[in-house]
Amino acid sequence: MAFEPETAIVATLDEVASARRQRVPGLRILFGVGLFLLTLALTFIGLLAITFFIGRVVPIDPVVAAVGDRASKAVYEAAKAAMGLDRPLPVQFAAYVGDVLRGNFGVSVSTGRPVAEDLARVFPATLEMATLGILIGVALGVPMGVTAATRQGGPVDQVIRVVGLLGYSVPAFWLGLVGLALFYARWKLVAGPGRVDIAYDGLVGQHTGLILVDSLIEGNTDVFFNALRHLTLPAAILGFYSLAYIARMTRSFMLEQLAQEYVTTARVKGLPERLVVWRHAFRPILVPLITVIGLSYAGLLEGSVMIETIFSWPGIGNYLTVALLNADMNAVLGATLVIGAVFVLINKGSDALYRLVDPRAR
Amino acid sequence: MTLDLSRPTLRDWLLADSPASRTQARLGRAYRASLALLRNPLAVLGALIILALLVLALIAPLIATDPIAQDLPNRLQPPSGAHWMGTDELGRDIYARVIYGTRITLEIVVLVAILAAPLGLVIGAVSGYFGGWADRVLMGLTDIFLSMPKLILALAFTAALGPGIEHAIIAIAISSWPGYARIARAETLTIRRAEYVAAVELQGASALRVIWGHILPLLTSSLIIRVTLDMAGIILTAAGLGFIGLGAQPPAPEWGAMISRGRSFILDQWWVATMPGFAIVIVSLGFCFLGDGLRDVLDPRSAERR
Repeated sequence: MAFEPETAIVATLDEVASARRQRVPGLRILFGVGLFLLTLALTFIGLLAITFFIGRVVPIDPVVAAVGDRASKAVYEAAKAAMGLDRPLPVQFAAYVGDVLRGNFGVSVSTGRPVAEDLARVFPATLEMATLGILIGVALGVPMGVTAATRQGGPVDQVIRVVGLLGYSVPAFWLGLVGLALFYARWKLVAGPGRVDIAYDGLVGQHTGLILVDSLIEGNTDVFFNALRHLTLPAAILGFYSLAYIARMTRSFMLEQLAQEYVTTARVKGLPERLVVWRHAFRPILVPLITVIGLSYAGLLEGSVMIETIFSWPGIGNYLTVALLNADMNAVLGATLVIGAVFVLINKGSDALYRLVDPRAR
Repeated sequence: MTLDLSRPTLRDWLLADSPASRTQARLGRAYRASLALLRNPLAVLGALIILALLVLALIAPLIATDPIAQDLPNRLQPPSGAHWMGTDELGRDIYARVIYGTRITLEIVVLVAILAAPLGLVIGAVSGYFGGWADRVLMGLTDIFLSMPKLILALAFTAALGPGIEHAIIAIAISSWPGYARIARAETLTIRRAEYVAAVELQGASALRVIWGHILPLLTSSLIIRVTLDMAGIILTAAGLGFIGLGAQPPAPEWGAMISRGRSFILDQWWVATMPGFAIVIVSLGFCFLGDGLRDVLDPRSAERR
């Protein structure tokens, strides 16, 4: 693929950087930042190459994929010329990268609007759900992981073992369906699909696109609590998956720290166990934990695709599935690109943060 | 026991400290591993679940009726003696569809493993053995793939290829090889400097021969562990594709697609969507249990660290 040579350049720069590091320590961080940006840029080019490949090379006839098989001959020819498919692939790729950089993802066949506009409209809904999910995951997962490590083999440890395994083996869309059937239909504990009840729809304006924030800005508590009731179940399900991962990782990080000699020293000094655990053993795991939380957050943005379908949540995941079913490739690739870019950014960002904060990882 | 001690049993032959042949050494190693595996109750449970999956897929026609035979007068019947898991909206027996669904699940996991694992293995081994530019280019590529969202890429690939189970399998395989390449490279780097590799190289063995005959065999056990642990994820992705409508096409009894059909009836006829879900959970758990057990047996280092 087109990005192979550039990838190799990174590696040589890495060598240069490591050579420089030994001589001029002051330049180290500058090089680190430069290297990070370069890796990030190359990963984005890789992402673009993959979506370009999916959109232009994989379909047997990309023109049909774009205009549909019922298009007339004239429309077909016009589309082919407009898409520049008569040009060589590298030229097409360059044009594609240029379009994406200008924020031009093409027009969605199903909504008739520019894909970029659609994505900007639906993204906040996904962000709101995933953010609440990760908050639940962190608030429950970290204390559970710490408790499991301090009382190895105890009840919390067993629960985490089971939750961890279920997090790997229960399909999110199925859990969403079962959750709706039980908590919404049977026990009426939460509200059903959608972001608010129809009666509340459109009562608050779009300021941030996050309905909880928007309703607070306008001081409309009715809408706020209604939206919260709608958010609870999908966010709790996402929270379950991030809890499973975060608790398991916290547990293994803590076990590693608790076996260290400085922990024994702290205990021998006579420090209360609470201080030994939270002040001594917990601090060093904060840095790797940030990486884990970042990865989990990125995973939730991806995982929301299935959950949004179940909960008729007007977010990017729902947009993507509707586009998939209508073979609306512009929308599919635009959504893939945006989710991919956010995913890559969080992924690489938490990695860089780890290197920046933890001197051992440099 | 007052048996004739001079006659070695099969067990003694397998556990011999100095095996006389390569076959004996290999069989002995497998025997030791299976003994260790049998001491782990969860691993045994996992192995039994996978075994049941294989057997059910094999004897499906003997224990279940036709999974696509419609019986409209008996549509949406609750679980009963005649239909253990009830019937769906076309009167099809859900039990029969769940049983026949094992064949599709098995097809998916086996094909993904066959496509993705060797690809990752070869890329990782070549990368680790040659080092230098080959390593940088291949691992740069692997890292780019690793930092992509797997499910989304699989969705986009399947959408471009067109819905269908073969396309879903290809898409999942494309998104899962990088993990295997990473592991294979890391392991190769530790073997690369071993003296026996140097000995083979001094005898004039080609790079191909060293990788094929002396490095790849040592990578298989960690790869088997990783593939088994990944199986749950692969099953969930495949079911997700089926649920969205991009995987197996109707009337194939694919579990994800069955859940999707049962979605409209979830409030009144809960069994239509829940039964295939339980099947997915049980099989995925089986692979998780077995993978955990295999890791403890074949890779004792990581077991200590946990």
